[in-house]
Amino acid sequence: MKITLFIPCFVDQFYPQVGMGIVQVLERLGHSVDYPEAQTCCGQPAFNAGYWDEARAVAERQMTIFRDAEAVVIASGSCGAMVQVYYPELFRHHPREKEARTLAAKTFEFSDFLVSQLRVVDVGARFPARATFHDGCHALRELGLKKPPRQLLQHVRGLELVEMPEAETCCGFGGTFAVKFPMISTAMGEVKCSSIADTGAEYVISNDSSCLMQIRGILDRQGRSTKTLHLAEVLAQT
Amino acid sequence: MNAGAKEFNEAARRNTADLRQRDRIQKALAGYYLKREDYQNRFPDWAGARDLAAEIKREAINHLDRYLDEFASRLEARGTKVFWAPDGQAARDYIVGVARQHKVRSIIKSKSMTAEEIHLNDALEQAGFEVVESDLGEFIVQLRREPPYHIVFPAMHLTRQQISDLFHDRLGSEPTNNPEDLTMIARRIMRRKYCEADLGISGANFAIAETGMISITENEGNARLTTSLPKIHVALVGIEKVLPKLSDLALFLPMLATAGAGQPITCYNTLYGGPRQPGESDGPEEFHVVLLDNRRTELLADAEQRDALHCIRCGACLNVCPVFKNIGGHSYGTTYQGPIGSVITPHLRGLQDWKHLSQASSLCGACSQTCPVKIDLHHHLLHNRRYAVRLRPAPVENCLQAGLAFVMCRPRLYALAARLARIAQPLSRLVEGTVLDPLRAWTKTRSLPPMAVKSFHQLWQERKKS
Repeated sequence: MKITLFIPCFVDQFYPQVGMGIVQVLERLGHSVDYPEAQTCCGQPAFNAGYWDEARAVAERQMTIFRDAEAVVIASGSCGAMVQVYYPELFRHHPREKEARTLAAKTFEFSDFLVSQLRVVDVGARFPARATFHDGCHALRELGLKKPPRQLLQHVRGLELVEMPEAETCCGFGGTFAVKFPMISTAMGEVKCSSIADTGAEYVISNDSSCLMQIRGILDRQGRSTKTLHLAEVLAQT
Repeated sequence: MNAGAKEFNEAARRNTADLRQRDRIQKALAGYYLKREDYQNRFPDWAGARDLAAEIKREAINHLDRYLDEFASRLEARGTKVFWAPDGQAARDYIVGVARQHKVRSIIKSKSMTAEEIHLNDALEQAGFEVVESDLGEFIVQLRREPPYHIVFPAMHLTRQQISDLFHDRLGSEPTNNPEDLTMIARRIMRRKYCEADLGISGANFAIAETGMISITENEGNARLTTSLPKIHVALVGIEKVLPKLSDLALFLPMLATAGAGQPITCYNTLYGGPRQPGESDGPEEFHVVLLDNRRTELLADAEQRDALHCIRCGACLNVCPVFKNIGGHSYGTTYQGPIGSVITPHLRGLQDWKHLSQASSLCGACSQTCPVKIDLHHHLLHNRRYAVRLRPAPVENCLQAGLAFVMCRPRLYALAARLARIAQPLSRLVEGTVLDPLRAWTKTRSLPPMAVKSFHQLWQERKKS
């Protein structure tokens, strides 16, 4: 299958290793991966702030770029939800509504793509460590992806997965919310990080780098040594 | 930033810094989660029950005019006086008028968030009437002269010790940490008030159109006494409380108890259909139902957000909301706290003054997932944000968003901006956390990751060449 990558802007700039991890895993599974270099951002920052015209302008660019793709794999549950759930809403009664729906239908968050499209749960990864998984809210609730990342992690050799009690509780990132209401965002992150620390895990893994940026930021300030990794980085390890 | 937003920010800052209160709320809700899950699982099909409840409320709200007429005419047929209040002022005036007309001496009141919404107690007290809250939690916050902390658990933020101190100060009771003793102290006072009161005021959980009855659900039995001992009963009912059929209660009563309190059903469930009828030995001589609009019809006119009127005020969205759990109920400054409050307050009290509540959310969606009547709460917060931008865009954010969109539509400009940011990065590190730091909203409490040495774009290009 010809797979086209959507690497959202902040992954591109801050966490390129997540994108490289996805490339490695997909190629290891025998697929060819394409990356249209004109892509930038899904438009979520504008959309969430209420600036729908601006969001639409950015989204239209990506819709054009990914028009001919067979399947689009996106490196973030949150940006995945933007494309899969919110593009159709953003373009409702718009001349490009059909195109938005088409792109939504062929776009998949990375773990979802592996499990539901490629039907793979064992990607041949090895990562001997004790880890806990944080559900990004968009992947969990907008896309309903509770199981796929866990199925994949359960097949990683040497990995011991321990669930934290607050796995489904928001980390407090929420995009611009994190800087518009830093005290609330930080308080939410503190609850999350205590829950992570209680598991005694060496790593917290997620399918959203934005959550991990928030979690890492607070763990650092709390002086905790728990490390953060994106699911793709774990699955790329052999 | 307007005054309301400023107040909210200050309260949120103060309350998130109160670790003991945050811990108390988390602990108080831990038991609720377990019980709710247990009783939810006893429903043969909770997901199906939610679908059905949403469908019933959709029918009721979409034909509200018809159901309200049916409800009112059946009540009137049994001698109830029905008053249609377009706003809070009209409702207050009517209820104060009833109290004056009957020269009542004392008023007892059971729990009603709708009465909180229109500040009914203040109006009655200003008119010279004494009002005593008969719900234990409400009685406690009334003594403290503060609004309810949570729409279902009004005093959940207080410890037994605080309540004991409060009773000691205000009622002269002996200090005690025993919940039963504390309840008995309040009960002794209330029993006397029930007998003295000549006007009882209640809210309603549901208004049944088919039979012309209001349904009140409670755990303490106080609403029954409030509504049946005094010779006049006034029920204040938001127009969205309508259910088409009596049989709908078979779903809604257990659902409200489960979602709201983690109970299979509340201890007391009562239907009220009119004043004392000829030949009946008890019940109030007069029964008034005040139907309150107070801008609910404006929400009704909004096809996109109309389902916010489905709300049965169970409070489940507050209980799962990480924002509510960390800032607490009083930070909101609204009658209705948590996600539902953030959705409806801008509609009921003005978007410009209350839009900050829709922004104060990470949009995690836990509220929508838990809502028993399937209100799409976090999507409504998104819609409110869009309305707010349309109404009065903020100049600075306008420029930022327009600039960001401009860059994101131009890949080469995006790459250039990223390169410049990498160059500027060491400078921002110099001022990190200080007042000069443009990113201090983040860096004050969190470390900031460095930008990657090479972006994915660059890595991909290198890979292609090799």
